[in-house]
Amino acid sequence: MVKRTEIFLIGGSAGSLTVLLEVLPQLNDDISFPIIIILHRKSHPDSVLNALLSNYTDLEVCEVEDKMTLKSRCIYLVPPDYHLLFEDKHTVSLDSSEKLNYSRPSIDVTFQSAAEIFKESAAALLLSGANADGVDGLQYIKQNSGLVVVQEPGTAEVDYMPKQAISQVKTDHVLRPDQMAGFINRLCR
Amino acid sequence: MFMLNPNIIKDEELEILLTDVSSLYGYDFTQYSRASLKRRLNRICVIDKFTSFAELRYNLIHHPEYLQRFIEEITVNVTEMFRDPSFYKALREKVFPKLGTYPFIRIWLAGCATGEEAYSIAILLKEANLYNRSLIYATDINPGVLEKARKGIFPISQMKQYSENYILSGGAADFSQYYTANYDMVKFDTDLKEKMIFSTHNLVSDSSFNEFQLIICRNVLIYFEKELQNKVFKLFNDSLDNFGFLALGAKETIRFSNLENHYKQVVTEKIWKKIK
Ligand SMILES: C[S@@+](CC[C@H](N)C(=O)[O-])C[C@H]1O[C@@H](n2cnc3c(N)ncnc32)[C@H](O)[C@@H]1O
Repeated sequence: MVKRTEIFLIGGSAGSLTVLLEVLPQLNDDISFPIIIILHRKSHPDSVLNALLSNYTDLEVCEVEDKMTLKSRCIYLVPPDYHLLFEDKHTVSLDSSEKLNYSRPSIDVTFQSAAEIFKESAAALLLSGANADGVDGLQYIKQNSGLVVVQEPGTAEVDYMPKQAISQVKTDHVLRPDQMAGFINRLCR
Repeated sequence: MFMLNPNIIKDEELEILLTDVSSLYGYDFTQYSRASLKRRLNRICVIDKFTSFAELRYNLIHHPEYLQRFIEEITVNVTEMFRDPSFYKALREKVFPKLGTYPFIRIWLAGCATGEEAYSIAILLKEANLYNRSLIYATDINPGVLEKARKGIFPISQMKQYSENYILSGGAADFSQYYTANYDMVKFDTDLKEKMIFSTHNLVSDSSFNEFQLIICRNVLIYFEKELQNKVFKLFNDSLDNFGFLALGAKETIRFSNLENHYKQVVTEKIWKKIK
């Protein structure tokens, strides 16, 4: 069965920014689905990180607003202090409810929501990090027949998160940073 | 350990519950965002140990006293003092000088939750020397949170964060002068609530009740569908003085609503001025 990817989610914590900065420049500019990035970070204005990421990619880095319509060829960074949820395949909501595992945004929350809305057309990649946020979320992606991808722990600055993912979830692909962009580009068909 | 919520309530079941609550109790949540509602309903099942939709439904129908708890749990009440310090800074610097030209200032804080925002605004007004001629109407759908707001007692563990927020918002005083600590809680000075009026008000079904120079409604509209957001914008528009200010949460906007042309954004923070 060939799954058609309609959304690509990237979750990461400590040590994942450097991976993003390596992957983003190599992404094709005609990516056929929206890319959503959920990063743990201090809750300073997201404009700073948005501007940084914009410098590393030809794709548009879009500010997330409540109830906005998602576009392909766009990278969305989930803003600090909100969880991102999907209303349907095109509309997102922001939610300021309780932190989960001390995190808001929570990778788990967005992965779970994407799994429920996109089912087998969701793909999720979990990067470096020092906690297990995202692991349960990947489980949901898997249960709904989506695609589960994890950074190869040996290449991770902090390997706890990818290690947990691989040991708990049936992972489809374990990738080094230098393989990630090519992988994502190939999903666009 | 599975920290996420299981899927106990199915989509169709969610609709049935909303219809029940609306027809039995007159609370209409049918235009709330489904993604959040679904999480909240599954969460309440976990917390209150309902293992099925039928169990939750039975409880809701046959125990009217459960309704308040239900409302409290399916709405999100998370809040802080001086949340988004740059927002408060913009209020201080860009909005309050304008408010100062009015002899009397009425502020509506819609969806005030447990009141942290109301106390923050009161502190700001005091520091701008506007407090004595101001009134803060703090409203929420949920009587339980208003009860807490009236007390003005918050955990001491939060004060470090709040004090940092306060300083970032441009506060120059010693934040701890505004409260008295008692074991693990602090009580904010009672004169901060002298000018606060707490009352239940449902943005879905209640109408305008006064004219305001400033309406603040942050992180409430994100839980509403577009159509309901528009309806609430109309309510705010009807309740706002000409040239009054409307302030929303960091990720909310009036831009895509029918009223967009009647407002002008005054700062990069989400504050608009009514221009017609
Ligand atoms: C996330 S809190 C926002 C608190 C605060 N404004 C802030 O930004 O920190 C949302 C609040 O909106 C209230 N709310 C939800 N639906 C409402 C309605 N229909 N009318 C009035 N308040 C409502 C909830 O009870 C809750 O206290």
